[in-house]
Amino acid sequence: MKTPFELTVPERAPLFSRSGWLALMTIVIAVVLITLLGTQLTAADSPLHISDYTLTLTGKLLCYAIVAMSLNLVWGYCGILSLGHGLYFALGGYAMSMYLVQAPAPGEPSGGLPAFTFLLNWTELPWYWAGTDTLIWAVMLAVLVPGIVAFVFGYFAFRSRIQGVYLSIMTQAVTYAAMLLFFRNETGFGGNNGFTDFKSIAGYSISTTNTRTVLFLISFAILVLVFVLVQWIMTSRFGKVITAIRDSESRVMFIGFNPLHYKLAIWTLSAVLCGLAGALYAPLVGIINPGEMSPVNSIEMVIWVAVGGRGSLVGSILGVFTVNGAKTFFTAFMPEYWLYVLGGLFVVVTLFMPKGLIGLFRRRRIPAKEKTASPALSVTESV
Amino acid sequence: MKINRSFAWIDICRLAVVASLLLLSAIASAATVLSPTEWSSLVSGPYGERKAAIEKLGQADPVIASTVLQSLSQGTLFELPDGNIVIKSDKGYIQPISGRPFPADIQPARQATLNNALRRQVQNALASLSLFSPYTQTRRMAIDNLLSRPDSLSAQQLAKATSTETDPDLKAKLGILGALSIAGDQAAGSAQRLQAVVSLGAVNLSQARTVLNTVIDDEHDKSSELSLAASDALSRMDARGRNSALASNAFTGLSLGSVLVLAALGLAVIYGLIGVINMAHGEFLMLGAYATYLTQRAFQAWLPDWLDYYLIAALPVAFVITAAIGMMIEWLIIRHLYGRPLESLLATFGVSLLMMQTVRLVFGAQNVDVSNPSWMSGSVAPLADWLPTFVVAYNRLYILGFSLVVVFGLYVVLNKTRLGLFIRACTQNRSMAACVGIRTRKVDAYAFALGAGIAGLGGVALSQIGNVGPDLGQVYLIDSFMAVVLGGVGQLIGTVVGAFGLGILSKLGEPLMGAVLVKIVILLLIVAFIQKRPQGLFAQKGRSAAQA
Repeated sequence: MKTPFELTVPERAPLFSRSGWLALMTIVIAVVLITLLGTQLTAADSPLHISDYTLTLTGKLLCYAIVAMSLNLVWGYCGILSLGHGLYFALGGYAMSMYLVQAPAPGEPSGGLPAFTFLLNWTELPWYWAGTDTLIWAVMLAVLVPGIVAFVFGYFAFRSRIQGVYLSIMTQAVTYAAMLLFFRNETGFGGNNGFTDFKSIAGYSISTTNTRTVLFLISFAILVLVFVLVQWIMTSRFGKVITAIRDSESRVMFIGFNPLHYKLAIWTLSAVLCGLAGALYAPLVGIINPGEMSPVNSIEMVIWVAVGGRGSLVGSILGVFTVNGAKTFFTAFMPEYWLYVLGGLFVVVTLFMPKGLIGLFRRRRIPAKEKTASPALSVTESV
Repeated sequence: MKINRSFAWIDICRLAVVASLLLLSAIASAATVLSPTEWSSLVSGPYGERKAAIEKLGQADPVIASTVLQSLSQGTLFELPDGNIVIKSDKGYIQPISGRPFPADIQPARQATLNNALRRQVQNALASLSLFSPYTQTRRMAIDNLLSRPDSLSAQQLAKATSTETDPDLKAKLGILGALSIAGDQAAGSAQRLQAVVSLGAVNLSQARTVLNTVIDDEHDKSSELSLAASDALSRMDARGRNSALASNAFTGLSLGSVLVLAALGLAVIYGLIGVINMAHGEFLMLGAYATYLTQRAFQAWLPDWLDYYLIAALPVAFVITAAIGMMIEWLIIRHLYGRPLESLLATFGVSLLMMQTVRLVFGAQNVDVSNPSWMSGSVAPLADWLPTFVVAYNRLYILGFSLVVVFGLYVVLNKTRLGLFIRACTQNRSMAACVGIRTRKVDAYAFALGAGIAGLGGVALSQIGNVGPDLGQVYLIDSFMAVVLGGVGQLIGTVVGAFGLGILSKLGEPLMGAVLVKIVILLLIVAFIQKRPQGLFAQKGRSAAQA
């Protein structure tokens, strides 16, 4: 007697629900329209006008949102808490700035050596600057360098099964070491001043409203793409394994997967996205310096994700806007209390809002879900 | 007591005898010091005669001569209208040799003034005269002074001084002085010079280096025995310089290690037990330092006489304050996050921000002033002969000792007390410990307080070697965690070895490649090391280790 063997492979969940697609499309169209309307079609005194300042600030937040999503990718979905994503962000920014700092103002001949070389009496740029005067190579570097750094670090870390807080503190240490390295003038990245005073990008002056609008829209487009990409990954089989690793790495191993490959892939991807965000950030904000690598910066990135809600893409974006909104408000009106708010956020969010703001919104739906969920697997927080 | 007193008596008697003898000899030789014309030329003669008179005075009896020369250099030597040469004092005029007083109301005819050349001559003569002073201290000063410009001493005086010198230490110095002048003297016999050059190799003076370099320069034949000996002596000097630099770096490393030990011990206890990295640990160090500051202020206000001992009082104060705050934080926050170490890490980071900002608001963002007690300031140069520039600061030495005491204390607490037994049990196997009736939550709370308290003690130590400001703790967190990682969790010895190893390694590496690169290299080394031994240097053995 043969028992018929039936294997039910769960169907791939749709990328977004119908209403999800609708909302996404609506938001994309709305943002593009509002941006164009606010920057191009309205006069400077019109209430609908978007000033360069607002545009830059919002653009900066878009870059942060990409960072938050990439951090969410490793922390929210895979349970790896990185305290060093500022490193990848800054590496992306530095790679882009290597191009920006050399690009001459439109209509002018090549700008010659960047200013910091005069301080060091260097007559030529070091070898690793080769090719950075082209935009394409700079963008590639902005993606490759963080990717390679993350791959190497991740390979050694995950191979020896460094996990949990151990790993977190190692990422922080690496970032800290990199910051010290970049603070040195001899490293060849402008020392503690970093790079600033950018003139142009791809032949266009960097300070005009038009260029800024384009940069803003590119950032927004990449944000949307990353959003879709992460959603696509997380609904795939690969994504399921990633989530399973978060919930119980040993079980995943026993089933026959090698967590190293999955973790390494997701970690490297996260770093690449972070580098991309940095590459967008540098031309928008117009400065990059080693301060971006300070451990506090990286931890602030973590709080964006925590406030928004781990494991939720919308939450990440929400977290970025909430925390940075609060930061802008407090640093402007009562600067000495901002650190209290930030410190308080860390405590309150971890104690009372483990699912973040999104968790608050979704709280009502959870009991209904729990009834249908299988009781066998209790999801434990990974160590 | 009795013996001491009798010794004192003998000393006094001896002094009296010496003094009277000196006085007698002074009077006896008084007439022969200078002729009357020389006396008057000392004050008012032409340059050449004055020079000769000073020179003669320099060879004369030291007691008389130094008095006269001193007054000459101070401008208190006068010629009275009747031709007597006198020294002006508060009470009047005194003739230097006979001691005959003159009334103060006489208007002197002439005051002895010196030009620069003569002044220098007088100074040199005085310096060589002090070689014969009855007081060891004066002689020592004179010799040290001469060691920096040895050419101002004549060979006869040196020989005389060497023969009368009784103090062995000073005699050795006079020997160096002789070697310096012989080595530099082209006219001296070659065997003598060679001996002098060789002996200079053991001397730690810049002057000796100069002389040796001159010897090499003056020698036409670079392969001559003398020249070779000189370069050999120089290289011996260099070797001592290198060795002492190495010793200094090693000691600085030990000192950094001791600070890291103090910072890392508490971290290791907490991490080993609850698996939580206390990101606010650095802030407990900072609180300890501020507790020291407050204790110092309290002593300044209420117990100024005991100010020197405030540091001893600061130890329990800092421990209690930080342990109490630690316990409070554990009770308010950490307790609710057990089993969620990543969240605990974030929460403690928030706590660290809150603590820093609170301190900043209360005490201001500037550093506060914490001073070393007198018994901790200063430094000592042990082995000054072999390692000339190796200097050990007392405060660092005390902190090194203190950290060892703390390690020992923690060892006793962990191994000899009931609480320590419970902590070790929970660290090794929490559920089993709970099964045999240990209230693990309570142990956690006490252990957290203990870790915080140790950090507070570390803060007291840190306040003595660095600035005390709100950011004090930030510097040490990563380094001390690296020490914990390197040493392995759950073993006291691991943390100690890890901290000292890190400290010494980074300080020895610093001269080779600079502070930043050393940090990076060490970090990479640690990452590589973890590949080989994920459990650190001193892994816990047994079944419990698998869970760590």
